[in-house]
Amino acid sequence: MSIGTTLLGLLESGPRHGYDLKRLFDERFGHDRPLHYGQVYSTMSRLLRNGLVEVDGVESGSGPERKRYAITDAGVTDVSRWLSTAEKPEPYLQSTLYAKVVLALLTGRDAAGLLDVQRAEHLRLMRELTRRKTSGDLADQLVCDHALFHLEADIRWLELTASRLGRLAREVGA
Amino acid sequence: MSGANTAEGTEALLTATRLRKYFGSTAALNGADFTIDSGEVVAVMGPSGSGKSTLLHCLAGILDLDGGTVRYDGHELSALPDTERSRLRRSDFGFVFQFGQLVPELTCVENVALSLRLAGVARRRAESSATEWMARLEVDDVRDKRPGQVSGGQRQRVAIARALVAGPRLIFADEPTGALDSLNGERAMELLTGAARDTGAAVVLVTHDVRVAAYSDREVVVRDGQVLDTTARIAGTT
Amino acid sequence: MIGRWYRDLAMGAGLTLNGGRAGWTRTLLTALGVGLGVMVLLLASAAPTVRAAALERADARSPVYLEEGARIGDDTVLAAPEIVEYRNTLFSGMLLGSLGDPREAVHPPGIDRLPAAGELYVSPALRDLLDSPEGALLAERFDGAPVTGVIGTEGLRGPYELYFYLGTDTLAQDPASYAVSGFGGDRPGSGLSAMTVLLIVVIIVVLLLPVAAFVLTAMRFGAESRDQRLAALRLVGADRGMTRRIAAGESLVGALLGLALGTGFFLVVRTFADDVRLPASGVLPADISPAPLLAALVVVLVPASAVLVTLLALRGVEVSPLGVFRENTDHGRRLWWRVVVLAVGCAVLFVPGRGTNSEGTEWTVAVGVLLTLTGVTLLLPWVVEAVVGRLRGGPLSWQMATRRLQLNSGLAARTVSGVTIAVAGAIALQMLFSAMNAQVPPGEDQGPAATRMIASATVETGAEGAEFARGVDGARGVASSVPFLLAHLDAPPGTDGPQERLTVVIADCADLERLVTFSSCTDGDAFVTDGGEVAVRPGDRLDLHNARAGGPAAEPRPWTVPRVREARITEALSGPNYQGLYLTPSALPVEELENIQATVLVTLDGKVPDAVEHVRNHIGVDEPGTDSRVLGSEIGGSVLTVIGDALRAGAVLTMLVIGASMVISTVEQLRERRRQLSVLIAFGTRRSTLAASVLWQTAIPMVLGLVIAVVGGFGLGLLLLRLADLPVTDWLAFVPLVGAGIGVIALVTLASLPYLWRMTRPEGLRTE
Repeated sequence: MSIGTTLLGLLESGPRHGYDLKRLFDERFGHDRPLHYGQVYSTMSRLLRNGLVEVDGVESGSGPERKRYAITDAGVTDVSRWLSTAEKPEPYLQSTLYAKVVLALLTGRDAAGLLDVQRAEHLRLMRELTRRKTSGDLADQLVCDHALFHLEADIRWLELTASRLGRLAREVGA
Repeated sequence: MSGANTAEGTEALLTATRLRKYFGSTAALNGADFTIDSGEVVAVMGPSGSGKSTLLHCLAGILDLDGGTVRYDGHELSALPDTERSRLRRSDFGFVFQFGQLVPELTCVENVALSLRLAGVARRRAESSATEWMARLEVDDVRDKRPGQVSGGQRQRVAIARALVAGPRLIFADEPTGALDSLNGERAMELLTGAARDTGAAVVLVTHDVRVAAYSDREVVVRDGQVLDTTARIAGTT
Repeated sequence: MIGRWYRDLAMGAGLTLNGGRAGWTRTLLTALGVGLGVMVLLLASAAPTVRAAALERADARSPVYLEEGARIGDDTVLAAPEIVEYRNTLFSGMLLGSLGDPREAVHPPGIDRLPAAGELYVSPALRDLLDSPEGALLAERFDGAPVTGVIGTEGLRGPYELYFYLGTDTLAQDPASYAVSGFGGDRPGSGLSAMTVLLIVVIIVVLLLPVAAFVLTAMRFGAESRDQRLAALRLVGADRGMTRRIAAGESLVGALLGLALGTGFFLVVRTFADDVRLPASGVLPADISPAPLLAALVVVLVPASAVLVTLLALRGVEVSPLGVFRENTDHGRRLWWRVVVLAVGCAVLFVPGRGTNSEGTEWTVAVGVLLTLTGVTLLLPWVVEAVVGRLRGGPLSWQMATRRLQLNSGLAARTVSGVTIAVAGAIALQMLFSAMNAQVPPGEDQGPAATRMIASATVETGAEGAEFARGVDGARGVASSVPFLLAHLDAPPGTDGPQERLTVVIADCADLERLVTFSSCTDGDAFVTDGGEVAVRPGDRLDLHNARAGGPAAEPRPWTVPRVREARITEALSGPNYQGLYLTPSALPVEELENIQATVLVTLDGKVPDAVEHVRNHIGVDEPGTDSRVLGSEIGGSVLTVIGDALRAGAVLTMLVIGASMVISTVEQLRERRRQLSVLIAFGTRRSTLAASVLWQTAIPMVLGLVIAVVGGFGLGLLLLRLADLPVTDWLAFVPLVGAGIGVIALVTLASLPYLWRMTRPEGLRTE
């Protein structure tokens, strides 16, 4: 999953200090792998360079430098494109998908649509694998089946999440 | 809805617009649109109770509509009297359901021949065609057994043979693998879609199982009584 | 032991009661079936009471004759029973006249005083008949006497009985009148003949056996879905015995509910008893109360057999936790023991030999009939299985029906077995009845133009007789008449003359010639009928004092039989038994006879409608000592007629009850197949195809049952006729019953159709 776009998405609700961003990220997505400060600052400087964020203000004082970042119009577009583009279905996609759903909810975008799009993309790949399976030999079949079972699990997760969007929205406070 | 547009120029095999169907005060279908072209396999998915089966029954002219129209091959199906719709179901449609569709007292071959005999084909000819189709679906060995004496997978293949034997242009399959394990289910789907593709029949495939839906060309989702064409959506955005 | 039974039965009952809507529907169907059967059984169990009540009222109005030598009091009454024939009905009444003070006189129940001369009390049914155009001629019979009052039900056998009391003051001259001191005696000779008792026994067997078969069938409704429940019980740990007892508990609920329903049906049907004119005099609703012992039997046996049938039905069934397996399903029924039962039955009926219908054999016959009918019915499942198993091909509806029957031919056979018993029994009895009825009249082919009557009056002199004969000859509708005098003479007491009472006919040569055939005749000649049946020789002495018994004893007046010649009775007189002496007036001193019947042989004018009734009207009801009857059409076996009516009514009722059961079981089958029916409709199956399949499914077993019934009924009929030594007269006995059977098939199909329509609504496709 892309930390940069996720941080960008977090900025959509308003300008924040780097420290705030890290805390927010850890709270929502970090769970077992909190971000390092360095990671946040290097990502932010990359985004700054690409014109997706701008510096909203600097607070001077003791301790580390405290810049406040704000998202630019280009940044908003970038987040939108990311959210509306299906991920390439692959195993262990959940963390990215989860991030997308939460962000969509936080930014008031169509989370259900996002899930539908992802589901359709998963199914498209499953169709492809199924076609390959029916015309292939046993080895092909076994390989395809492995992928198909994982994709099926993903789709189940997508469907389950779709049916729990309301509760998730309340819990993330969107 | 985004997916209900028919292909330009040629008319689709079956087009449903703004279907409404109420059971009591609850709306099972509330402005659902659907279209299927010749030879196309379309999966209809959606959560339980979303109205998938009701959509299928309405498309096949089994249930009377409370609103909207179904056009099939130039006829307005929803305006035909019941006898005409029944005739169309005999001649043009095939059906596969989840369970309980075979007549228990008839032998398997007689069950398959049923579709042809309903259409007026003589018994001998009907049963010989039925046997051919059973061979194709790899169940000709249970020809003279009753449905109660054969396995679930065989039973379902007999039902598929019955749906195909009369040469339908459109097959309605409602959870055709619902009562089968995954291996039998996959085999049944392979045979059903394979045969449909060979004969050029279109299939409306109602299922909650994505692995079954993966045998389709296109997928629609029924939600809140409406039909969302998610395949079309992704095609539009990528 | 008892505790365990109680616990398991109660648990089964609880399962049924908490079984949800489907469970209730099934239980109600069973209860409905059992209820219909219980209703019939209760009605049958009331039959003895009905008969007893009617007899009691008949006894209550029968006169108590004044004892010989008793003093005639103010309350003494003269009574003469009178039988009236009108067209095809025969009814009775009584002429009454006071011997003392009319206000003090005794009177029969149902009227509040003795009718005065010319007063007519009639039963409600007779009043209605007299008032109707149909009864206009009958009203003339009573000389236009106005109806003074209506007899209350307490004085009638039943609500539709025709009966009358006519007041008269000419009874003293009526030789058939008696002095009566009251009413309410025992009527003599009201018992039924052994043959009639036999018939009634057989009828009860024939009618109740199918009802029993039907009740047993009803108890097995819904057995298929019950099996699943039993398997589930085994899964949670019930042992075999427990499941059986639990199943028995379930059917017990249906049986008990059926008992309650049946009692309800019975009470409702009872109130309609007035509308049913069977037997002819009708039945008072209040009379229909089941005989306590029989009712108790019904109450005990129905639930007990429910338990028993369930236990027996589960005998060949292995209920395992995973499902129910039938060890020997309907395949391979054995033929031999069915044939054995039939053969034993036939043998029992065959062994006694031709013409053995003497007393004491009726129970043998009843057992034989029972065994034969049971055997015929036992053949049915075998035949149904054998025939249905060979049916192939045919149209789709036919194929679906035959395949369905092949899968469970036992159920179909069980359902129609009642029809088979009823129809076979009814055909056999119908043959017997027809033969017995044909036996009563001589069976001559007399066209209406040749209708002859005998009219007679008791007279004291030949002149009176001649006057009576002239009167009859002048009545409307009489074409010609032959008058003669008739007397019955015994040998004088203490002499060794003829042992039997001799019939003596006296007429002049011209009239005699029309009664007997002889070579020549001059006044003073005497003839005896040929054939050697009359045991009289010239020189025998006969007593001319022939007053009827009970009169004052008098000196015998001997008369010696003169030389006689043989003569042959003409065909006209062959009906009544007029074998005896035929004398010209000079051969016997007529004036010395005490009891002469002036008799007229009347030939009616066939062109005058109701000529018979005109002659009867001429004679009237209250002329002392008069009588008339139509030759060759006597209403002989009135008991037989009533029994025949009851038999037909019973057979029809049985068919209807069984028809109802077939509707129920068809509906039950349709209910179980709701999903398949909906799928077939989705496939575009025409409903007419499904309806035709229901029709075949009903018709095939029914037709087989009827065929077996016709064959078996004929066989049984032939055996019974052989026992009674009667020829077969009714080869078409089966037509009405087979017709009724076909009607039942049509009715069952029609009655199942609305349900079929409901079951085939597309909603059936939706999963529950």
